[in-house]
Amino acid sequence: MTTSEIAVTMTAAADTVGREPLLSIRNVAKSFGKNAVLRDISLDVAEGEFLTILGESGSGKTTLLRIIAGFETATAGEVWMGEERLDRQPPYRRRVNTVFQHYALFPHLTVEQNVAYGLRVAKRPEAEIASRVREALDKVKMSAHAKSKPSKISGGQQQRIALARALVNRPRLLLLDEPLSALDANLRRQMQVELKSLQREVGISFIFVTHDQEEAMVMSDRIALLRSGELEQVATPREIYGRPATAYAAQFIGHTNLLKAEVRGGAVRCAPLTWHAALPDGPALFSLRPENIHLAAGNTAAAGSVRIRGRVRHQAFHGATELIRVECGDGLVLVVRTPGSGGALNDVELEFSPSDAVLVRESPERI
Amino acid sequence: MFSRAYKAAVTLPPLLWVTVFLLMPYLLMFCYSFWSVSASQTIEHSWNLDNYGQLLRVNVYWQTLLRSMWIAARVTLFSLLLGYPLAYFLSFYAGRKKDLLYQLVIIPLWVSYLVRAYAWKTILGSDGVLNTLLQYVHLTKHPLEFLLYSPFAVVLTLTHIYTPFAFLPIYAALEHIPRNLVEASHDLGATPGQTFWKVIFPLSIPGVVAGATFAFVLSLGDFLAPLLLGGPSGIMISNIVVSLFGAAYNWPLGAAISFCMLLLVVGLLFFSEKLEKKWSFS
Repeated sequence: MTTSEIAVTMTAAADTVGREPLLSIRNVAKSFGKNAVLRDISLDVAEGEFLTILGESGSGKTTLLRIIAGFETATAGEVWMGEERLDRQPPYRRRVNTVFQHYALFPHLTVEQNVAYGLRVAKRPEAEIASRVREALDKVKMSAHAKSKPSKISGGQQQRIALARALVNRPRLLLLDEPLSALDANLRRQMQVELKSLQREVGISFIFVTHDQEEAMVMSDRIALLRSGELEQVATPREIYGRPATAYAAQFIGHTNLLKAEVRGGAVRCAPLTWHAALPDGPALFSLRPENIHLAAGNTAAAGSVRIRGRVRHQAFHGATELIRVECGDGLVLVVRTPGSGGALNDVELEFSPSDAVLVRESPERI
Repeated sequence: MFSRAYKAAVTLPPLLWVTVFLLMPYLLMFCYSFWSVSASQTIEHSWNLDNYGQLLRVNVYWQTLLRSMWIAARVTLFSLLLGYPLAYFLSFYAGRKKDLLYQLVIIPLWVSYLVRAYAWKTILGSDGVLNTLLQYVHLTKHPLEFLLYSPFAVVLTLTHIYTPFAFLPIYAALEHIPRNLVEASHDLGATPGQTFWKVIFPLSIPGVVAGATFAFVLSLGDFLAPLLLGGPSGIMISNIVVSLFGAAYNWPLGAAISFCMLLLVVGLLFFSEKLEKKWSFS
């Protein structure tokens, strides 16, 4: 993925600076027996924000969502919504609604009855229920299927109904547990766009759980990257991509070259590369994105940039770009993303700007 | 996929079994129900509808049939009232003890029917456990007579015996309900009570129908419990059939009653299957 492919709006996140957070997760931990699933998670969600909890399977992302919804109890820590302590309340008292991974539509009720469920148990007047259900079904373009049973509609349609069923209650916060994972790729991309614009339209905060980094980039105001039960980095997609905090973040989100280097007296050495950076002496780890390395043009390097010769070992055509693996000697292999070169490459000279090499923390193994 | 010979080899034995041991006896019974018994106690193969006429004319027959249905209905009701909460608790709240408790519910089925019926006799008799206790704590002066040799005793015993049969399909239906539906209901603001009545119960109806059918059909045809514990007032239709085929030596009339019961049960099974289909959504 190139930076230009990442359609992100940072404005929403910036808007919220200084405002009271809608949801505040404070030092939440969860263990099942001796198995610690979440460790000391603190995270704020702003009003109207689209926050994605991104992580591999087993990272604890679904558990965190279930703690917010009330289906799991945290072993330690608190969850607050404004002035209200959420984690002491049963799920049916929380003004939070969930879109479940497998939709969890009631099979014995029609689409319409499913959507009306929340309003009906809240004993709203029938006239109000009817108009709000109609409105919700319109919003997800499912009015034509109001009388169908869930088993008679497609997966994508069930997805919309699950969304309408949650949104009709006008929750302050909507939780989405990998809601798109059961859809095929095309429908998935289409739903990503729809979901994002729907969220803008209704202005409700979304916490979206996914393991798909591309999905997280496309949709989120902010991404909370979870790894083995701990938050690795919380930032906007641009930040997390451009300035990953850790080696794991750099590798999990997009492709990267991880450079193990040694700093001595302001000189960064990663054989056979050398560049200058104002860093304390000692070992250092850098992330250098493939698209930030270019095939050198002309005879002289641009001011401050680093050049290195190498031999192309592998070349993969990706349509708009090509990924090439270049062996630079001393065991250093760089992955480079270039615009289509139009032919086979052999010996090349590479160039990058040291400012694009981002210092990252090591990500030690966790159990 | 499979050869013809293989298919035939697999289907033939059960087909033969059903024909020889089920269809033919039924057919024979059906024929018998149109025959009659002569004064000299021989069966005359002259076709007539007298037996069915007698069934309608003689009060004791249709009244006993009605009483049997009434007893079976009560057994069904009580089995459901006991079996449903038990199944619900086991399926939703038993946690790790689930398997153990499930076995405990099933174990009585391994004990001979007769033993269980006799056990109730010891409990309910006029010098039985229950009466002794009641007199000991001075709740009554004399033993309560209605406890044994009454429809009460029959309903109680049959309920005890057939509750596991009602429990099993209900438990299976409850286990089948995806737990995320329960979570979704809570998530949408429904209290546990609302969730039960709006989600769990409707989805368990096929199990309830199957359980009710088991309890009703099995207790309708029961003859041991009324024989041992029913007394004269607790007689059921099967006892009449037994005596007609036995001491009374009126096979044709017994066959006619049996055939009516068979029709009743088949009709019931048909109806319950329709009901189950209507309420299943998988």
